[in-house]
Amino acid sequence: MRLLEHQSKKLLSTFGLVFTESTPVESIDEVRATVERVGLPVVLKAQTPFGGRGHAGAVKFAETLDQAVIAAEALLGMDLRRTTVDVISIEPKLNYEREFYVGITWDTVEKLPVALLSLAGGMDVESSQSDQVAHQPFDPWMGLAPYKARGLAAEVGLTGRILVAVGEVLTKLSQAFLDCDAVTMEINPLVITKDDTLIGLDARAEIEDEAVYRQRERLEPLGELTMTAAGRPPTSLELEAQRIDAIDHRGVAGRVVEFDGDLALLIGGGGASLTVFDAIKAHGGSPANYCEVGGNPTEEKVAAITSLLLSKPGVNGMAVIMNVVNNTRADVIARGVLMGVEGTGRKPSETISLFRVPGNWETEAREIMEAAGVEVHGREVSLDAAARLAVERNRAHVA
Amino acid sequence: MRLRGWLWKGIALMLLDPKAGVLVQGITGREASRMVEDSLAYGSNIVAGVTPGKGGQRVHGIPAYDTVAAAIEKHRATISIISVPPPAVLDAALESFDAGMQLCLIMTERVPQLDTSKLLVAARRASCTVIGPNSLGLIRPGITKLGTIGGRVDNVRRSFMPGHVAVLSRSGGMTSEISSYLTSRGVGQSIAIGVGGDAIVGSNFTELIERLENDPATDAVVIYGEPGGAAEEQLAARLKGKPSRLRIVAFLSGRFVDDLEGVRFGHAGVIVEGGRGSVRGKVKALREAGVFVAETFEEILEGLKRDA
Repeated sequence: MRLLEHQSKKLLSTFGLVFTESTPVESIDEVRATVERVGLPVVLKAQTPFGGRGHAGAVKFAETLDQAVIAAEALLGMDLRRTTVDVISIEPKLNYEREFYVGITWDTVEKLPVALLSLAGGMDVESSQSDQVAHQPFDPWMGLAPYKARGLAAEVGLTGRILVAVGEVLTKLSQAFLDCDAVTMEINPLVITKDDTLIGLDARAEIEDEAVYRQRERLEPLGELTMTAAGRPPTSLELEAQRIDAIDHRGVAGRVVEFDGDLALLIGGGGASLTVFDAIKAHGGSPANYCEVGGNPTEEKVAAITSLLLSKPGVNGMAVIMNVVNNTRADVIARGVLMGVEGTGRKPSETISLFRVPGNWETEAREIMEAAGVEVHGREVSLDAAARLAVERNRAHVA
Repeated sequence: MRLRGWLWKGIALMLLDPKAGVLVQGITGREASRMVEDSLAYGSNIVAGVTPGKGGQRVHGIPAYDTVAAAIEKHRATISIISVPPPAVLDAALESFDAGMQLCLIMTERVPQLDTSKLLVAARRASCTVIGPNSLGLIRPGITKLGTIGGRVDNVRRSFMPGHVAVLSRSGGMTSEISSYLTSRGVGQSIAIGVGGDAIVGSNFTELIERLENDPATDAVVIYGEPGGAAEEQLAARLKGKPSRLRIVAFLSGRFVDDLEGVRFGHAGVIVEGGRGSVRGKVKALREAGVFVAETFEEILEGLKRDA
């Protein structure tokens, strides 16, 4: 769950961190009112859950009200990574002396949260030499001790009041990271103004999806939140798949990402889905979707997801390929798929390029599918070989 | 063999000493109950279960207790399987460490990362090896298994057979898929482990391979990797510094994910992982470390047969 900049700032403010006041606006009228209130010059920024806004031209500066309106007109409705910008933020433009990068994330090798500090703030932090970025993993039970935070500040060469102040920011940010079940939290840039105060100009927070259930109270006041698993807002087909998945709690049948191809994929589990998708592409096929099915979903769920995937315009067939199933029942998948295909008015034998779900109840599944005239393969045909056959059969169906 | 005594103890546990007693936390749940039935049929030494508030019940003949302490008062157990809902995993794990468990398999999916990190800090202090979270389990073919790996007993027997190749996989389903493929081509497994699908897991490739290097039953390892995290790069770095006596073959999926835009967010991940995480990068790192990276299942066999 990625928060927008103004949401991130609002959340982090509750931990005593200080930011420039960021006002979200959605119309030109609001732009005028806001600029008059905060005073010139101003910074206008597209509110999008994706990074790299600076490079994409989605951050603009204005010295006059007219410039602010022109900038806002350019930003509102702008297309950023297939997402339309409908909210921008306006904040006073500060003069500052120095900028820093501070961030907290997970170090999956150390298996601990890690605090990061760099003297190279702004857009260039990634390209700065790694020895210019100080790292400090910390105990998730204890948090980042203030002395370790000051140690990081000392490591990058800070001294005096700034060393103490940057240490405090790191300690507060690490507390926020732990309290909010964050995946990433960063303030970039964190700047020192002429009167020697530390203030964050931009903030980014991502909350772990698996922990959202215990963060509702913190997230609710932030307004509407967007799920962005595919790196863009979900399409209507993906939302419908999520709805089907939520029909009941048994099994997963709705982790769908839409692509532009002509071959629908009903695949599973997680690793096999990745393997099959790669293999379909490697053999010249063009998948219409990525999807994961597993955890023994019900027949109704499988039927609903099958109908949905086949309803996409331009799809002319479907391949059903899974790894050797341990938990999921192959016969339940088979019945669900047939029900779903028949629901769309298509003939299974002309729609399903092949069915390869070995494992639990595979004998029953084979009987069901063969009775419907569908080509069935077992574990002797590898995932890769099954993907190749699926591409060939789908071409034959089109021809 | 130049192995010291303390190492043998670790190996016996790592490779699932079939005589060690196994405790199931969350035994009265639907999935756990089915897992107990299948495991008993395969010969697993499950001795007791725990579900708070359901002490006194029996699941396929195995007695359930309210606490781990109460269970181990009556039964000898050093291995625990955790199959409880995500919010209860941290507490269940701490309970098992306090009771002196030496191996803990966490099957639960969707455990918050913060809880995983916390429980792993506690596990280190308690010297308990953790597999998972989000792991289907592990199996020593023909001897014993932990968790739902392989499913029903007839399917387990078709998928796995004893041999000398260890299979380590970040995907539960692919653990069985790769093993099943090897079995169908006459290549048996010394052990197969679903290391867990999460970014942070108790035992990753490097840690497991370091233990398998001391296992006389294992000659080669097949690893299955995916996008994200740095487990593959970590292994590559370790092998560059210190080559392994084991022949290692890798199979990685999810190349298409490299091309999706906007998957990354902020700079922190890039700084910490230093460009790691992409499948292309993982393949490159492993190849540079001398690992045979198979493009297809067929090539996994070639890699295993290749002269080291």
